Amino acid sequence: MPQLSPEDLFRNGIRVDGRRWNELRPIRMEVGVLDKADGSAYVEHGKNKILVAVYGPREAHPKHIALPDRATIKCRYHMAPFSVEERKSPAPSRREIEISKVIREALEPAILSEYYPRTSIDIFIEVLQSDGGSRCAGINGASLALADAGIPMRDLVAACAVGKIAGHLALDLSDVEDKLGEADMPVAYMPTYNSVTLLQMDGVFTHDEFAAGLELAVENCKKIYQMQKEALRRQYLEIGSEGIEANR
Amino acid sequence: MSATPQIPPISQIEGKTIIDLIASGKRLDGRGLLDHRGFDIKAGIIEKANGSAHVSLGKTKVLVGVKVEIGEPFSDVPDQGVLTVNAELVPMAYPLFEPGPPDENSIELARVVDRGIRESKMVDLKKLCIIPNEKVFVVFVDIYVLDHDGNLIDASAAAAAAALLSARINKFEVKDGEVSLLPETMPLPISNIPVTMTFAKIGGPIVLDPSLEEEQVMSSRLTVTIDKEGRLCALQKGGMGYMTVEDVKECVRLAMEKAPRIRGLILEAVGYGKD
Repeated sequence: MPQLSPEDLFRNGIRVDGRRWNELRPIRMEVGVLDKADGSAYVEHGKNKILVAVYGPREAHPKHIALPDRATIKCRYHMAPFSVEERKSPAPSRREIEISKVIREALEPAILSEYYPRTSIDIFIEVLQSDGGSRCAGINGASLALADAGIPMRDLVAACAVGKIAGHLALDLSDVEDKLGEADMPVAYMPTYNSVTLLQMDGVFTHDEFAAGLELAVENCKKIYQMQKEALRRQYLEIGSEGIEANR
Repeated sequence: MSATPQIPPISQIEGKTIIDLIASGKRLDGRGLLDHRGFDIKAGIIEKANGSAHVSLGKTKVLVGVKVEIGEPFSDVPDQGVLTVNAELVPMAYPLFEPGPPDENSIELARVVDRGIRESKMVDLKKLCIIPNEKVFVVFVDIYVLDHDGNLIDASAAAAAAALLSARINKFEVKDGEVSLLPETMPLPISNIPVTMTFAKIGGPIVLDPSLEEEQVMSSRLTVTIDKEGRLCALQKGGMGYMTVEDVKECVRLAMEKAPRIRGLILEAVGYGKD
């Protein structure tokens, strides 16, 4: 791969993949893609390819993790060994352990876990291919899979990242942009509550860059939220009409 | 796999008292909503470490030791030293800490502290290169939590900063590709000093530096790291609730306003810049 400099990533307002500063990568979402899981979703976000499965509410295992007044949410974010340039060991890394925690905490406020005490709701996020922003795409998929499993939720959680490349604010960084850029800030958001459920940042932002970045992220989370709703509608309107056909 | 934690029992009456007090602008220990507990920072506690610092933040106690060794650089940055941060939630510090491999809480703590140090470029890693591709200094920052009374992140970040500022490494010489360490020492190459502050949302209001009881009733927390130019260099939201967009902006604004005072405390404690 040719050596890129940060300046190469932002020439005449155009990024390496042809996007402008405020454009998302192409996103495809599909719901109900797995047979055995109670709920599932597949998300393509640029070159990210992510599969999410949800099981539950089901008996908590091991038993001692059960909570008397609510369901236990379990979450695993995991990258396939072949998902990145150099093979990644399948054992969970420190990064994956941290991301599993922050994704769980991003979804907890959305799930009406008090409806299912003593049970567990298990979320499995498998990153089949990763290209920057996989935790956000994972959250987008997990929200859909939870909805597909019929788990009552306050809202869908939508997520996307903003960052900075060669001094310019940029939406939804890809892997090269993240590596050569100066900052990356993933944000997860529940539109109905105007609430941030995940927020991380590394790099350097001035106060104004941060404020503008947060606005940009929220605005685009709202766009992703619409795509999530459409993905659910597509799945369930189809099943609905099939059902009508079958009953004729 | 990350699972909803078993919230340690806090009596309903205590929880309610904390929330009601905060709603009226007061706190159980008499602090204002945006006050830190007292910071007590002592550097140079452990003679055998290159650098060390003990921080008390109220009753929270954290010890950080810095050890510097010679090792190999990472292949993608062959001309830079290596920095690693690890955190141990020592079982003596809290009844629910258990011995064993690091859990998600200690990994998160270490990674949040690491991010502040790394992204602010506190340690100039380029200056820790001895022979490119072959030999560099490897800086190990080990966080030892000794007593947990809430807000481990801020106490650990302050202790890590003080330990790095107070650390000394041997001067060295390279002859025919061989490194020899000289008896004289020098400080680590420091180019920034990050300050980390954690806010908790309890009911409606935001409070700074949550105590353990406050952490048990908070809905979420936000950790903000500010570098010496007053820029944001790391953020981490934690906890099972959410913050509004306005809460987030307010926390960042407050952190920028309050960072210089904490940085002053750290610098004063280590007497940095005196040699």
